[in-house]
Amino acid sequence: MDFQLSFLLSADVLPLLFKGMATTVRLFACAWVLGMLVALLLVGLRAVPWRWLDWLVAVFVEYHRNVPTVVQIMVWYFGMPEILPRDIKLWINRGDTEFLFAMIALALNASAFFAEDIRSGMRTVPHTQLEAARSIGLSAFGALWHVILPQALRISVPPLINRALILFKDTSLAMAIGVVEMTYQTKAIENLTFRSMEVFVAATLFYLVASLVLMALGAWFNQRFPPAHKG
Amino acid sequence: MLDILHEYGLMFLVGTWPVGPLGGFANTLVLAGLGLGLGLSFPLAMLLALARTGSIRWLKMLATVWVYTFRGIPLVMVVFWAYFLLPVMIDTTVPAFATALAAIVVYESAFLAEIVRAGLDGLPKGQMEAARSIGLSYAQAMKSVILPQALLNIIPSLVSQFVSTIKATSIVYIIGVQEITFSAQQINSIEMTRALSVFLVLAAFYFVACLELSQFARWLEARIRARQLRPA
Repeated sequence: MDFQLSFLLSADVLPLLFKGMATTVRLFACAWVLGMLVALLLVGLRAVPWRWLDWLVAVFVEYHRNVPTVVQIMVWYFGMPEILPRDIKLWINRGDTEFLFAMIALALNASAFFAEDIRSGMRTVPHTQLEAARSIGLSAFGALWHVILPQALRISVPPLINRALILFKDTSLAMAIGVVEMTYQTKAIENLTFRSMEVFVAATLFYLVASLVLMALGAWFNQRFPPAHKG
Repeated sequence: MLDILHEYGLMFLVGTWPVGPLGGFANTLVLAGLGLGLGLSFPLAMLLALARTGSIRWLKMLATVWVYTFRGIPLVMVVFWAYFLLPVMIDTTVPAFATALAAIVVYESAFLAEIVRAGLDGLPKGQMEAARSIGLSYAQAMKSVILPQALLNIIPSLVSQFVSTIKATSIVYIIGVQEITFSAQQINSIEMTRALSVFLVLAAFYFVACLELSQFARWLEARIRARQLRPA
């Protein structure tokens, strides 16, 4: 077996690789943003003192934490079109259906974890901190900005970065429904050229480098902003 | 949903067994159980953790590279590698189940190693120093002082990791391993029109098992913490 990385640079293969990478990054970015928005909404909903709402959010979170991500993707892609209204279905089918469903499933999955991470950060700041900040004359925003967030974010951000890493790796599961991201593309190029070794090396390096960047970001944050001392 | 469960419940549980090979949720549990516990991934993780906390530099580096590599790539990629490399390495065809198992063992070893390492780092330094100062060798101190405490403390994390492993096995259907997601795909192609019910039943299987295990892990953690707080 001869091993030629230069094969990856050929005009047939390189565009395919780039397309796969671009789709993976796009899927990750879209799912992260949507997931964060839903997470903030969930945190807000939990603050509303209605018990049934609290229960509903808890069920949402537990479903997404305890069911495999790939199964959640399948539920959305194969199952949801059965109950979606016709107009929405038509609208979805006009675009990139696979990408959209994978993005929704990954975003909702991530949102359940994001919401828990944000909540656990907020819980570490006692309510008296806000009262104290307001009583020395800070505005509500000032108290949030100077007192609450600096403490809460130190706790929340490291697990959020770790979860972003998992989300990034989970984008590979979108291949199950035929999203042409990096993993799908890897398999496709392999089938096309039978150069398994080279393609796998390239894909593995791509995932590894991106993951290491995220891990380094997490390590940097931990060092720069260590959790406040309890005293 | 209930009619799907009624009609295909057995297929979800054990696949085509006893006519064919064991499949379904039973096979998912076998795969996760073999992959994480029962002497495959765990010993590897122990060695990795000892290497990472130890003082031999090249071993430390090797273990660190191993851990970061497998934490940094998706399981699907590891499965692809195993599927491609294993037959080349041992020069025969490898059944899908063994391929998936090999991939899961190396993948999970990295995560387990981090858990074991956290357990070792979590003990006060004085434990090792005290053990060494009364004349125990490094190995003796590890075996009879450090590991018994560290391993007890990480039991809840091990249960959580078992939950993650159960969820992770759902992807190996792509190389044809007959576990529960594979069963669901088969049932879906028989039924054609009731995909939502089929996949929600599939989700429910995982949900019940993983939620129970997660709660078990939380309960264990509370118990172990209470034990630590108890005055000696």
